Amino acid sequence: MNTLKQEWFGNIRADILAGMVVGLALIPEALAFAFIVGVDPRVALYASFTIAVIISFVGGRPGLISAATGAMALVLVNLMANHGLEYVLAATILTGIIQFFLGIFGVAKLMRFIPNSVMLGFVNALGIMIFMTQMPYLIGFNMMTYVFAIITLILVYVIPRFLKVIPAPLVAIVVMTTIALLADVKLQTIGDLGTMPNTLPTFFIPNIPITFETLKIIFPYALALSIVGLLESLLTSQVLDDMTDTESDKNKEARGQGIANFVNGFFGGMAGCALIGQSVINIKSGGRGRLSTFTAGIFLMFLIIVLGDTVQKIPMPVLVGVMIMVSMTTFNWGSFKFIKQAPKSESIVMITTVIIILYTQNLAIGVVIGVILSALMFVGKISQVKVIKEKSEYKVQGPLFFASTTKFIQYFRHIEEDRIVINFIDSHIWDESAVGAIIKVKQKLEEKGVQVRIVGLNSMSKQLYEQLR
Amino acid sequence: MRIAVAIDGSENALRAAKHSIYLVKHLPEAVLELIFVVDFDKVKDDYLLTQNKDSLVLEREKKIKPVLQEAEKDHIPTTVTILKGNPSQEIIRYVNNESIDQLILGSRGLNLFQEMMLGSVSHKVMKHVQCPVTIVK
Repeated sequence: MNTLKQEWFGNIRADILAGMVVGLALIPEALAFAFIVGVDPRVALYASFTIAVIISFVGGRPGLISAATGAMALVLVNLMANHGLEYVLAATILTGIIQFFLGIFGVAKLMRFIPNSVMLGFVNALGIMIFMTQMPYLIGFNMMTYVFAIITLILVYVIPRFLKVIPAPLVAIVVMTTIALLADVKLQTIGDLGTMPNTLPTFFIPNIPITFETLKIIFPYALALSIVGLLESLLTSQVLDDMTDTESDKNKEARGQGIANFVNGFFGGMAGCALIGQSVINIKSGGRGRLSTFTAGIFLMFLIIVLGDTVQKIPMPVLVGVMIMVSMTTFNWGSFKFIKQAPKSESIVMITTVIIILYTQNLAIGVVIGVILSALMFVGKISQVKVIKEKSEYKVQGPLFFASTTKFIQYFRHIEEDRIVINFIDSHIWDESAVGAIIKVKQKLEEKGVQVRIVGLNSMSKQLYEQLR
Repeated sequence: MRIAVAIDGSENALRAAKHSIYLVKHLPEAVLELIFVVDFDKVKDDYLLTQNKDSLVLEREKKIKPVLQEAEKDHIPTTVTILKGNPSQEIIRYVNNESIDQLILGSRGLNLFQEMMLGSVSHKVMKHVQCPVTIVK
């Protein structure tokens, strides 16, 4: 009970301030993510409000900021285009159910099977995709569109040098919107693309036929959303753990993400997850406890209801400038050095993950294939078995298992001695096919009249060998 | 006398550390304190570039180790403090709170553009710490 009190009220002043900063900073991103999916801004703003507030109670990592995100938005694009908003909401609810159960079954343990090369591929593809989604709002309008986007982009990088308390994107948006209004520049605005909500979200059940057909449509999306959402949320949890030198319950976070998305879908919000960038802003601004996430959600909704009309006047190129910065910070620029320095197999996995995601436009497929590829490469790497001959002793080097047995057998095709020793001191017998291979070699050689002695099996290998012989 | 040196794994920081070792060696009763700041802005990227938490910690230790080895050569007892946050802020806070007597920093050697975008840690620290500061080029 004490820790819960600590998690909520251990850092009240800083949590409220940081929460307000994040609440402000969430707005432009939520708007941009709504435009990515092709839904009304309301859908992303409601999502950010609902998810942030609920996750502040049920999340596993205090201080983590969850809301509508780019990664989830990108998964939803096709579903929205082909089936419409009701299906997006239904998929969000189903995502919540899947994530909740994954959390119960201890999904966090699986995270260690995702190599960092795949995670790098994921964030890099995400950065590139967010960048690409901004182009339609930038290209093909007028000269002033480019000018405003570029100036905004410069501002968001330069402002932090002089002003650290307020996030630079907000300052840039306020300055550039004011200039656009005063100078009466003709630019596309947020109001041209959608309407801002002026009420709190309300409960309703998505209007979809409850049939197997519907499930067939939404399930693949819900599964992809679950994977992407948990991946980003658990990664963000780890980053915050490190920043704050504290531990967090990753499975609780997974369950919390599930609960948040489940409820969120019934209140008209699109699926969301943890935001790395905003969570880092929260910690940097002093936020540590659950109160910071809660405040962020509440303050965001408050601002939207009060300032909705003003927000509509923000020119799109200004939002584009901010989002280009977001995409550039999402991209991991250390990756270029990584490609040069890391083992070749890891670089290949990273690049393949990026290419697959960009080709399929599906983050989840890229991650799954990346993990499979890296697993195969790992198997390939450790299946290098060598046999070294010293007089009549054959020393096996490297583990013996289904992928390395063929090579092992090849070594014993042509034996000229009539008595040999096979030494397994530098090897390990992993499975049935390994034992099978040893027996096969032994039999073949004995048929030819060669006496074979097996030595040097470690205790685990010996046990398996005796068991299966 | 407490002499502190801020290090970040760069060549410049190592030069600064060597200078601090030299000073400690020649000053009676001087002790050496290493300050290493994990930059909040880099945690995300560093996390993605290492395989797991343990290797991340190892990477950080690798940046401190060369300095410790240098100090060991001269039998200088050294303490290491790892801080997390904004590098200049954390260095300033630590140096002022711990009443360090002398701070030694490496200069990053940024050009004008980088300095405008990134800001110079040494410049900022120099302005706000209360003890004498030596910047090693």
